[in-house]
Amino acid sequence: MKNRIDICFEKLKSEGKKALITFITAGDPDLETTKKLVLKKLENGADIVELGVPFSDPIAEGPTIQKASLRSLNNGTNLDQIFALVSELRKETDAPLLLMMYINTAFRYGTERFFTNCKASGIDGVIIPDLPFEEREEVEGMSDKYGVYNINLVAPTSHDRVKTIASQSKGFLYCVSSVGVTGTRSSFSTDFDEFFSLINSSASCPACVGFGISNPEQAKKMSGYCDGVIVGSAIVNIVAEYGKESIDKVGEFVNSLKEAL
Amino acid sequence: MSSNSNKGRFGEFGGQYVPETVMNAVLELEAAYNKFKDDENFKRELTALYKEYAGRPSLLYFAEKMTNDLGGAKIFIKREDLNHTGSHKINNVLGQILLAKKMGKKRIIAETGAGQHGVATATVCALFGLECEVYMGAEDMRRQSLNVYRMNLLGAKVTGVSSGTSTLKDAINEAMRDWCTNIETTFYCIGSVMGPHPYPEMVRHFQKIIGEEIKSQLKESEGKLPDCVVACVGGGSNAMGAFYDFIDDKSVRLVGAEAAGRGVDTTEHAATITKGSLGIFHGMKSLFLQNEYGQIDPVYSISAGLDYPGIGPEHAYLNSIGRAEYVDITDEEAVCAFEYLSKTEGIIPAIESAHAVAAAIKIAPTMPTDSILVINLSGRGDKDVYSIARYRGVDLVEE
Repeated sequence: MKNRIDICFEKLKSEGKKALITFITAGDPDLETTKKLVLKKLENGADIVELGVPFSDPIAEGPTIQKASLRSLNNGTNLDQIFALVSELRKETDAPLLLMMYINTAFRYGTERFFTNCKASGIDGVIIPDLPFEEREEVEGMSDKYGVYNINLVAPTSHDRVKTIASQSKGFLYCVSSVGVTGTRSSFSTDFDEFFSLINSSASCPACVGFGISNPEQAKKMSGYCDGVIVGSAIVNIVAEYGKESIDKVGEFVNSLKEAL
Repeated sequence: MSSNSNKGRFGEFGGQYVPETVMNAVLELEAAYNKFKDDENFKRELTALYKEYAGRPSLLYFAEKMTNDLGGAKIFIKREDLNHTGSHKINNVLGQILLAKKMGKKRIIAETGAGQHGVATATVCALFGLECEVYMGAEDMRRQSLNVYRMNLLGAKVTGVSSGTSTLKDAINEAMRDWCTNIETTFYCIGSVMGPHPYPEMVRHFQKIIGEEIKSQLKESEGKLPDCVVACVGGGSNAMGAFYDFIDDKSVRLVGAEAAGRGVDTTEHAATITKGSLGIFHGMKSLFLQNEYGQIDPVYSISAGLDYPGIGPEHAYLNSIGRAEYVDITDEEAVCAFEYLSKTEGIIPAIESAHAVAAAIKIAPTMPTDSILVINLSGRGDKDVYSIARYRGVDLVEE
């Protein structure tokens, strides 16, 4: 079966459109709201949804997603419940669904058991911020076996490693916009022309940019460099403020991002 | 670019599990460490700093009263508490900061639990004229306020961390986030034999002088190897430093003392080897205290320096092959050992090191009288007097 991520990017390409990828922490404020939020985002133009698996010690996250992770864990959210949620969502959508998580989540669960359940529930890819390219063997045998993409990341500090990583990527390449952890930024200091010319000349799959993109203007500007944008903390901030009542507000925000692209 | 299947591994433990943003910095550090570790000029500079600044070699003291009192092995105490700044941490910090200087880094960050590594880092940054920021759990800042003030005196900025359990683990998380953000200018001086490669190997390299000195000092005074070396283990740097030179000397028993807090059968302990399971966290594959979903457990010990839910990968390896053994020491046992060493030998140990003393008190009487047991006394206990008093129900107030 063809990976839904590939199907999605082929369709976007044929339509001449950029991808809008949005993140949300699963179980924040609860799993029922997460389900509604995912469907609302897809209704309003999100092409791909990343579900964050809450972790006790999210070292790559800024305060916004750290707090979301903690709210979710305090509700007792666990990985089995998230797989059940994905199975539920799969009854209603064919959009690509990804898990964003730390390597210990898959490792402790059992890597094969983890990818078996990814495939069974309908997960198309995983993003693991603390698994660099050099350690990819930790999951790659199993992710390949079950047809789940392990999404590679490159950062402005990757320098000469960009080419190697970009040329061996599947699904899409996650381009980290700037140094630092996740969270909204008012401006970027990265030289994007240089960064993306290196990426676009070597990438074996579409490239999307994330970290710090928080409004339609930034989304528009950044999408000019690549095939799509990833928005996380700006959405999580809305959920943090409005909780269960955040669904329509998130829908409106996602719609405004899509309109800008 | 090759895969990492063997690099920086101790058996299956170790590795380089860090975010892409810091990966190049880790590789640069690895290259710099490999370039300088055997460089004659670097070694000469470091040896001079050890001697002139840290006060090495540290004494190996024959604890005659303790030996007579316990009956059994002759007990020697390796006095790392007499180093400048009061603990073994200075050995590693001098090595890393000298390396940072060679790499042209201007800003140093560190995490600290008990404050010993933070104080050592602040001290060496003052000496080298480098900017220094130390991350410390808010709970640890409360337990170790003297060390916080000491770091400030030395010109370092101490940043409290109140996420998670507000202890060492959370301070490391925050230091890693800082590193991700200020990667181009900043050198992360990790205080223990943990984190991504090359840290576990590099920190052990800068600490192995402890074991080398024990070996040569005993050879001189007793003409033989020790039969047992005991050290406390949090992340495990003083223990790795004391053990490393004896690993190939199979007759030498190596014992690490873990913090059992209120007991390993409660949820309030930090006994990673005894109760932990295999995981990947803080850059390394090792043993961690965690739940079935890989969420890291909150841990507890009276000692802020042993209050960590993981252990260095080389210790996990030595345990897995049976070369070193690890025992559990409760708060109560550690406090009793703290008081015992103070009264018996006139040496007030750090509460961390008191865990090693407690293990030695159990082991020494089981050994023959012509055998030798060495306690690595990793730090001095002035910083702990308040919390021990509090533990004993004494309220100390200074006017």
